[in-house]
Amino acid sequence: MKAAAVLKERENQIHRKGKEPFSIECNKESLAGAVSQRACVFCGSRVVLYPIADALHLVHGPIGCAVYTWDIRGALSSGPELHRLSFSTDLQEMDVIFGGEKKLYNALVELIDRHSPKAAFVYSTCIVGIIGDDMGAVCNRVSKEKGIPVLPVMSEGFKGNKREGYQAACDAMFKLVGTGDTTAISPYSINILGDFNLAGEIWLIQEYFNKIGIEVVAKITGDGRVDDIRRAHGASLNVVQCSGATMELANMMKRDFGIPSVRVSYFGIEDMADALYDVAEFFKDPVIMDKAKSLVRSEIEKIMPELNKYKAALKGKKAAIYVGGAFKAFSLVKAFRTIGMDVVMVGSQTGTKEDYEELQEITDQGTIIVDDSNPLELSSFLKEKDVDVFVGGVKERPIAYKLGVAFCDHNHERKEMLAGFQGMLNFAKEVYTSVMSPVWKFVPRRIKRESEVGLVERINKGEKP
Amino acid sequence: MSKMPPSYTSTTNACKLCKPLGASLAFRGIEGAVPFLHGSQGCATYMRRYIISHFNEPIDIASSSLGEKHAVYGGSANLKLGLNNVTKKYNPQLIGVATTCLTETIGDDVKRIISEYKAEFYNGEKPCKGEKSFELGKSFKLEKSEIDKVSKRDPYIISVSTPSYSGTHIEGFHAAIKAVVEQLTEPAGLINEIHASPDDIHTLEDTFPVTALTRESVNFMPGFVSAADLRYLKEVLTDFGISFTLFPDYSESLDGEALNDYPLIPSGGTPIENIKKMGWAKITIECGSTLPKESAGTALAQMYGTPLYRTSLPIGIRETDKLMDKLEEISKREIPARYRSARGRLVDAMVDGHKYLSGKRAIVYGEEDLVVGLTSFLAEIGIKPIICASGGKSGQLNQAIANVVEGLAPLPQVYEDVDFYDIEERAESLDIDILVGHSKGYAFSRKKGVPLIRVGFPIHDRIGGQRILHLGYHGAQMLFDAITNTIIAKKQDDSPIGYSYM
Repeated sequence: MKAAAVLKERENQIHRKGKEPFSIECNKESLAGAVSQRACVFCGSRVVLYPIADALHLVHGPIGCAVYTWDIRGALSSGPELHRLSFSTDLQEMDVIFGGEKKLYNALVELIDRHSPKAAFVYSTCIVGIIGDDMGAVCNRVSKEKGIPVLPVMSEGFKGNKREGYQAACDAMFKLVGTGDTTAISPYSINILGDFNLAGEIWLIQEYFNKIGIEVVAKITGDGRVDDIRRAHGASLNVVQCSGATMELANMMKRDFGIPSVRVSYFGIEDMADALYDVAEFFKDPVIMDKAKSLVRSEIEKIMPELNKYKAALKGKKAAIYVGGAFKAFSLVKAFRTIGMDVVMVGSQTGTKEDYEELQEITDQGTIIVDDSNPLELSSFLKEKDVDVFVGGVKERPIAYKLGVAFCDHNHERKEMLAGFQGMLNFAKEVYTSVMSPVWKFVPRRIKRESEVGLVERINKGEKP
Repeated sequence: MSKMPPSYTSTTNACKLCKPLGASLAFRGIEGAVPFLHGSQGCATYMRRYIISHFNEPIDIASSSLGEKHAVYGGSANLKLGLNNVTKKYNPQLIGVATTCLTETIGDDVKRIISEYKAEFYNGEKPCKGEKSFELGKSFKLEKSEIDKVSKRDPYIISVSTPSYSGTHIEGFHAAIKAVVEQLTEPAGLINEIHASPDDIHTLEDTFPVTALTRESVNFMPGFVSAADLRYLKEVLTDFGISFTLFPDYSESLDGEALNDYPLIPSGGTPIENIKKMGWAKITIECGSTLPKESAGTALAQMYGTPLYRTSLPIGIRETDKLMDKLEEISKREIPARYRSARGRLVDAMVDGHKYLSGKRAIVYGEEDLVVGLTSFLAEIGIKPIICASGGKSGQLNQAIANVVEGLAPLPQVYEDVDFYDIEERAESLDIDILVGHSKGYAFSRKKGVPLIRVGFPIHDRIGGQRILHLGYHGAQMLFDAITNTIIAKKQDDSPIGYSYM
């Protein structure tokens, strides 16, 4: 693929379906100077562990890493909200020179005494990896003294991208698994992995599972609790959402505790229904399957009339998707299809080769598939494909808005529940409210698209805009 | 300071940001510039996200995206690759390279790497606009081919050391503008010569508008203020008939118009040609009551003998008066009617609203200079500042606050180097009516049941933070109305009666 906005080194990370046999490069380090939308290892760990609401999350490093992740996600808690505070050792020059271990120790003791958390996660940042603080030793010492798990998260930013951060988070959590009491856990039980309870989504998903007769042992990590994670090994099945964030934890639980896992997604009607069916299938209990079928039927019946209204309005409009994990992108492609829209561009920050192959399978001819993109590329794709709505996160939003393209937030900060059946309706509504807004009539890109007669003129003539 | 508060090791909910963020914002205020962070990818992405959530504007911050091997063997190769890619893709006039804690700690010598890079990639020509054609005694009329070359010129590369373990975003902001001034300004001479030959001036102006900046010009460095503040300052200076270099100026680059095309680099920013000539301006005006000892202003004074006038941020009546007086003196003009009448209206409004405000008690927090300015204004309108707090630690906050409340209000508790945990703890037993600061005080405001007046940066929970006007009589008027109406609304909402006249 060649375009002015694309650096030569990045050409192989972009594929256009149809022209050539599928090939894409991915899982590479971001190209220096390319203004990647990716973050770092620390970010990966922080987003995964953040929703554990009764743990202390202490960022060991200078202030930036802690302050940019203060209350950053809309991950709700039904109880404690310790996760919404931003704790840092705020390393200063002297700490960098003489080492930050003492400060870390004192800060940990101070914060644990103050907040009595169930556990503490201590995040390593770039600089800690360089000055060589022995975080493990400090964590062990405090853990012994305070009698709670104090877990180092080896999340030095430069060690890779978000994926390595997911791994570091899973490593830390895995130390908790297997330390709790599993008596009285039903054989029909699961852990929910990879949902972060944005806007309360995990409560809805949990309700679905409860309704079909399945107990949820640990929610990892949305509305998460340390004690639940400690007894997560008592569940019969791990139900894993999202491409990579918590897959590794499921793999480790399979290895050490023999717990199988299924991968699911809760976005969109099809994927949500499949999630319930797959779990029901696993338990091989006809009662559960019947309940799942009737739940799916009644939920779909509930939302269809309104969903069809949105579909009628949105039919044929063009959508672009750029999200963190590719797994979410699969669901979004299907969800757009449900409301009659065409996906013309889809990309992710951290997809794997298999992910992109699957994307290529499920998308239409001509769709642009892109790995680890950047603002200039994304804006050129939006223009080239004359996109009506862009789905992404905070960093993608101003790109869309600047060009007069509607936008749907599908990121960690969103306040709308987009998972589950109700979530599908919310998604359609959010897309609809943005795409159908009259403001686009006034932005330069749309004015250009208007016919010979200008909008204002037509309004003045009493015609519909 | 009334009593020494307890001092904690840990930081909870910091009231400051990290140094490279300030540098990135300052670089964004230069025309044709791309901010560039030498560090791991996360720094740039986190800061972009943080800035975007305030300005609702795209901001591209490039990164050298260091990986593990670079952390061990040095980031030189990636810095060079990054500079080269940014140049190829953005065709910038300037790249502002700020370091991060990672690259400072591994000890990358950024200045050396940049000169190696230039030696390697720049084609032997000075990376400056057409000096070759400006050599004394030579014709300075640019041929078409020259102009083409100029537009594809190798970018200037400015570097600044901004380890986040020393200082806040404000130190980063000031360090960046100081670095730009030190590394970009040029001695007088060349362009004076150019002016000596009037025939060709128009040709030059078409390419590089330079007139009216020489010797007559005023350098204005307002510090980290809003986009609306920057636009306002430009109006003020223009209305006084002063030719000026406002630096940095992100009023357009971080608050631009809806566009048909996504620009490589957003338009706006202080023109580089103007920055280059800052040394031979008539005077430098630098705003801030807690500025570092060495700043862009002092650098210009040392390098070129440019007189320096330091004044507080012009917030509220007295501090704006000071600035207006100075501008009258510089321009040798009376204050334009527009500002005289705005001042009059402000005083009239202050009288109209004074009873709602008198004796109300406020906590002001945020960047030190902004805290000083706001405290000054609150004292003027009869609100008692009770706590003035900042995550910064200039060592000058207490004195600066004492200066502005003198004769108007008792000295508040003043705290440097505190976080929101400290502020909340100190406010716990105090009756407070209003908080004044950025949106990160919202959790505190909600807990305390006290309304928050959102000012400064960041404002992540409202739209239009970049359009809040803080400066001048007009800014004071807007602040006054916002504060008064917030206090009235609170009284109205809390009352069981539902008054329809307040």
